[in-house]
Parts: sequence; structure tokens; C-alpha cells
Amino acid sequence: MNSLAKPAVWEKYFWPLLAAGLLLAVWYYSVVWTATKVFPSPVSVEKGLAGLLQKHVLWADIGDSLRRVALGFGAAAVVGIPLGLTLGWYPALNQVVNPALQILRPISPLAWIPVAIVFFGVGDRPAVFLIFLSAFFPILVACISGVSNVPAIFRRAGRNFGLSSAQILTRVVFPAALPQILIGLRIALGVAWLVVVAAEMIAVDSGLGFLVIDSRNSGKRYDLVVAAMLVIGLIGLALDLGFRRLETIRSVRWGFRHES
Amino acid sequence: MATETLKPPPGSPGKLRMEHVSMVFDRDGKVTPVLDDINLNVSDGEFVAVVGPSGCGKSTLLNLMGGFLSPTGGSISIDGQTVSGPDPRRILVFQERGVFPWLTVEGNIGFGLSKLSRAEREQRIAHYVQLVRLQGFEHTYPSDLSGGMKQRLQVARALAVNPDILYLDEPFGALDSVTRLIMRGELLRIWQTERRTIIFVTHDVDEAVQLADRVVVLSSRPAKIENILTIDIAHPRNISSPRYLQLRDELLSKIGLAYTV
Repeated sequence: MNSLAKPAVWEKYFWPLLAAGLLLAVWYYSVVWTATKVFPSPVSVEKGLAGLLQKHVLWADIGDSLRRVALGFGAAAVVGIPLGLTLGWYPALNQVVNPALQILRPISPLAWIPVAIVFFGVGDRPAVFLIFLSAFFPILVACISGVSNVPAIFRRAGRNFGLSSAQILTRVVFPAALPQILIGLRIALGVAWLVVVAAEMIAVDSGLGFLVIDSRNSGKRYDLVVAAMLVIGLIGLALDLGFRRLETIRSVRWGFRHES
Repeated sequence: MATETLKPPPGSPGKLRMEHVSMVFDRDGKVTPVLDDINLNVSDGEFVAVVGPSGCGKSTLLNLMGGFLSPTGGSISIDGQTVSGPDPRRILVFQERGVFPWLTVEGNIGFGLSKLSRAEREQRIAHYVQLVRLQGFEHTYPSDLSGGMKQRLQVARALAVNPDILYLDEPFGALDSVTRLIMRGELLRIWQTERRTIIFVTHDVDEAVQLADRVVVLSSRPAKIENILTIDIAHPRNISSPRYLQLRDELLSKIGLAYTV
């Protein structure tokens, strides 16, 4: 089969499933052969997962994690998109702010944990703040570069048709930059999901991150730790797939490379 | 000799007048004179082609006429009014990538029509969809159109706002040769149905002789008007007639001259 051949429908699902199955098998037999007492086998993880579902704590934890991500990510989008558009629109202003942004940007959100606790105490707010920070910079950077990459020809066309500056921003620059903004939002959502787990390990007593750390602390339930990890991975995947659907909307599809 | 033909005939104000226009770019202290003492008078409904060596300032000339740049010397006026900025009454059509990829064919054509009522806008869009023969593609996005269709769309978007002048900046320069031939015919047909003044920048001598009433030949930079050639053949032009070939050779030799200057 060469790389140009189109895989049959069954192949599209068969090979990935086979790969996942093999991974499970490797996991299972590794646990069996090493006779480890600490790391759980897929079977005990499955039992742990069933137990969590039965006690109804899993859904509450998922809900809490998603709520924190929604708040932090939402706030980052609400602040980051207008700010990024403004900075992209006024390069002179961007030059002034850029050095400060470039220093703040590489600081891991985890380094902000002590600061977040000093500012917001414990509870939801420091966690949401950390997610906000983690999502804010990818969104901001995507908006700035999205706007400054809008071809001059589009702005000139806008001016030619008699648009005011505000209209050029909303009717030309924003739609032209939208594909790049969406990419920034998708990256930000991925990072936010990474950070919520870390944030929940320190400042709150619910959520998937808390489930991981709590399962370990209260009785070394590594079956539950791994079950929570799997749930985190699956939800991250679902969020990303959901967001990718936005890229297929007709008015932004031109900016993405998936021709099909 | 040439300067005599450049003087506007007395008593006719002309649609577009350029008087002693010069343009000097000053970038980071590096001074580049681009246009030097350009005098040109275009009458209403005229089709004027501008040819010249590449990089000579043809596009700068269009940007000045369109109000995107201000001349460093001389004056440009349209209908007696000095050009002071871009204006929907005269639309610049770009070589490529000028259409908005986030809007459909309809959306692009209607882009400059937001002040019209919905009914008027739809009527205008339908008219220009038909004029540039994009029926059936109203809801198609530019990424699904061919290069020639995109350029037709750009022309339609420009015409839809009812401008009196169209500036075309090598509009077929990015198209393959067969499509270019078809597009010439299309542009001519459109110009004949919707009589507008057209200033057409090209580096293609055939294109100029086939389409224009007059051809302005620019010298290399800093560009002066080397010559203005009147193409006195009625449309549709027989491109193998002796007169056509004569004018074409004349233009070629003038450009050849221009190149060596």
C-alpha cells in the first residue's frame, strides 16, 4: 500500500483499534509478568472506574474540572481576543508591550501557584486564575500575529470601498485573522486542560486533578489514579475534536489545510 | 514630439488629469525617485493601458490615481477635484488574492453595498453575478474558484459599487495564457456593456493593443511618459490584421527604446 492509496473504511478504524488493543495487552502483561503490587492492571483500572461511576463522584469531578476550564478559558478569550486585536492593529503599541509579554509568556502557569494562592486563597478562584493565565498567552499571541499577518491588500480593498477604521477591523481584519485566532484558541484549550489537573492538585478538593492526588493520598489507590488519568485523556481528546469542528465552518475553512 | 501629444486638448477638462506628477520614495533615508513629471489626461469612458519595464512604477502610478499614495509633486484631479484618498467611486483591482476568502461570491460582490437596502443589494449582486458569468456559484467560496473566476469576481465586486473609474493592476498577470485570452474578451465585453473609464496596467504588449484606446508607454525608473500610442482599430479587433500588427510592432519598438534609455 503506498501513501497515496486511500484506506478502506474498515482500515480507518481497524488499525487504530488494533494499536490501542496492543498497548492494553503490553500494559496487562507487563503488570502480570513483573508481578508488581503497586501499578494496577487494565482490569483493576476498569473495576476502579466502574466503582467511581457507581459512587457518582466521577461525574461531579468531571463537571468541576470542566467548569473551571470553561471559566478560565472563557475569561482568557474575552480578555485576550480584544487585546490581541488591538495590539495587532497598533504595531507601535505592540512594540511597547511586547518585551513584557515575552518575559511573562515562558513562565509556566505552575510557577504562579504560590502567587495564585496569595492572591486568591484556596478554592475555585486560584485554579481558574491559573487556567486563565495558561490560556491567555496563546490566545493573545495568535491574535496579534493573526492581525499583523492580514495581507495589506485586504485592508486597502476595505479602504477603497469606503470603510471606516472600525469597519475595516470588524469586516476585514477580524475575519481575515479568524483562522489563526481559532488555532490559538485550540492550543489554549489544550493547555488549559493540562493546567486544570495541576491546579486541582493544590487548591481545591474536587475535580479530576484532585481525584488523582486524592486517590494516591487516601490509601494508594493506583487503580483510581490511572482511571482518572484515562478519563482526563479522553476528555482532552473530546475537547480537541470538538474544537476542530469549528475549523470546518465555511467562512474559516480557507485558512486551514485539510482539503477533502 | 511626445510632449505635444500629452497636453490636454484645450476646452476639454477630461475625466482624470495628472499634471507634472512626480513621486519620490524616502525609505530609511534612501531616496528613490519613481515617477518624474507625468502628464496625462484621460477622458470619460476611455480605456487606457499603461505599459513599461517591470519595476518602473506602473503600480505606483495606479496607487497615486487611486488615492492610496499622495504624489510628492504635481497634482491629480478627477472631475476637477483633487484626489485626496481612496474613494468607492474608483476601485482598484489587484493582480491576485484580492477577493475576500471568508466571503462567498455573493458576499464579495455585496461587500461594498452595505448602505443599500436588502432588495437593492440582492438585485445588484444578481446583476453582476450574471455580468461576469458566475451564475450557479453565488454561494461558492473563492477557494473553490479558478484563478480566472476569482479575477472576474474581483471585477464584479468593483463594478457593483458603481465606480466611474476602474484601475486594473495587471489583473490577468497571474493567469495561464489561455485564461488570459478569455479574460481579455470578457473584460472588453464588460467594458462595452458598462461603459466605465479603465486604466489598465500590464506588461503584456498584446493585451494593451488588443484592449486599449490609448497605450501609455513608461520609461524605466524614474519613469516618464515615453510615448502615448492611439490604437485606432474598432472592436472586435482582428489580431492578425496589418494595422494591428503595425501598431503592435510600433509599441514593441517603443518599449524596446524605453528599455535601452
